Amino acid sequence: MELMPLREAIAAHVRDGMSVALEGFTHLIPFAAAHEIIRQGRRRLHLIRMTPDLVYDQLIGMGCASALTFSWGGNPGVGSLHRLRDAVEKGWPQPLSLTEYTHAQLALAYSAGASGMSCGMMPRHAGTDLEQVAGTTLRTVRCPYTDAPLTAVPAVNPDVTVLHAQQIDSEGNVLLRGIVGAAKEAALAAGRVLVTVEEQVTRLTADMNALILPAWVVSAASIVPGGAYPSYAQGYYPRDNGFYLAWDEIARDRAAFTAWMERHVLGVRDHAALLRALGVAA
Amino acid sequence: MTTPDYTRDEIMTVTAARQLKDRAVCFVGIGLPSAACNLARMTHAPGLVLIYESGTVGTRPRVLPLSIGDGELAETATCLVPLPEIFAHYLQRGRVDVGFLGAAQIDRYGNLNSTVIGAYEHPAVRLPGGGGAPEIATYAREVLILMKQTVRSFVPKLDFITSCGFLTGSGARAAHGCPGGGPRAVITDYGVLRPGPHTEELELSALYPGITADAARAATGWPLKVAAQPETLPAPTREELRTLRELEARTREAHSRPVRITL
Repeated sequence: MELMPLREAIAAHVRDGMSVALEGFTHLIPFAAAHEIIRQGRRRLHLIRMTPDLVYDQLIGMGCASALTFSWGGNPGVGSLHRLRDAVEKGWPQPLSLTEYTHAQLALAYSAGASGMSCGMMPRHAGTDLEQVAGTTLRTVRCPYTDAPLTAVPAVNPDVTVLHAQQIDSEGNVLLRGIVGAAKEAALAAGRVLVTVEEQVTRLTADMNALILPAWVVSAASIVPGGAYPSYAQGYYPRDNGFYLAWDEIARDRAAFTAWMERHVLGVRDHAALLRALGVAA
Repeated sequence: MTTPDYTRDEIMTVTAARQLKDRAVCFVGIGLPSAACNLARMTHAPGLVLIYESGTVGTRPRVLPLSIGDGELAETATCLVPLPEIFAHYLQRGRVDVGFLGAAQIDRYGNLNSTVIGAYEHPAVRLPGGGGAPEIATYAREVLILMKQTVRSFVPKLDFITSCGFLTGSGARAAHGCPGGGPRAVITDYGVLRPGPHTEELELSALYPGITADAARAATGWPLKVAAQPETLPAPTREELRTLRELEARTREAHSRPVRITL
């Protein structure tokens, strides 16, 4: 694990054309890292994420991605991700090829990837149309013991997984607390792991079974307070539901979206400047 | 007739809440179901175990979450489990009694579409997608569906089957080996639809006070079957309305509270 400024971590580890999973299920979404990817103008990324959320709406709308693997692409409790829809429906700002799974399938695909398996298995029941769509690579196989039909889901092994977490200790071990989604599986499936954290502490105060990524599985870490905003970091700040509601209007229109991103992401030096500009941090 | 002292949205949520039995284990879908599930827990079903797909098990939120993963759900949960576990160890293993879902479209056999309007490759409207719904619909012992009834959402043929109901009916679901029992009721803003015996086709079985079967038929995109004697559902009680309105007021206040971060 190497502790470095976020700008250097993204420059060193995220390249054009890579498959990149910025994980965090509603909680601990690495917005600051995504914004740095946008500032550095990465292109042709294959984005992977269970719930694309606002973070991928922004990356897609800013032209960073050419492919998306996902399992639920909405603004939770609000409605559509307008930039994701515009890319899929109208090819703006560029076409986006989709690989679409259910949550259970994509979680299984990360688990398989983290286990060194070529695929994960789940029982197969009534077929839905999701099994038929192009880009979906599910296969039906037979259980060697019971002959029951099983669905095989190919492993997902991102080139880079990016997470946000609460704490890093002086040795570089990283603690995640609260809703953890498939963060651990996505990290252990990846070729490299980048982490942003709320703070550095001498020693992690965690229960024995806490979710800790040991320093030696983490490639690079950056200290970015507020790095999950407008998502949240349990114990530090809550989800800004008002922002998620407001995003619906901002992202609905191409020009309004572009102007917002130019002002708040491209036009600021770093995440702290964005938080100050939004009036979230003093 | 006097004007009722509740809205159509309110009687829909209250009727949905009444479908849930105390101590049932319920997997809560995003959107309208969340209000109904928490209203049930705050009224007649205090022992209802609510699971959200974020891995929050036995959660008791004081305000409704906007997302399925708000901090409120984590803070008030019995335990938090990772995503692969909530789907494999709880849902797929058969530990969920009731799945509570919404969708963009439904057909007469209770199959659901939340993926696309139009063709998948060139959709007129790209919807969010399946998320947890396909497996909830497959594995929950029974499924409750909460949707507003219009000819655009209650359609003769789905553009895309995201989550299975009774497939083509008449035992097709069971023949496919689906472990869960499928839809038990569809609660709408007109009343309640239930699968008919044998055919498994949804039939209008109950209506809200003052709503006619003809009005419900006109809001359905297929020739809706109506039970011989549709039941008239009871109006919300004073206690149910008070609890729901207070919950919604607390929720509005919480969602507009400014966030402050110390750098």
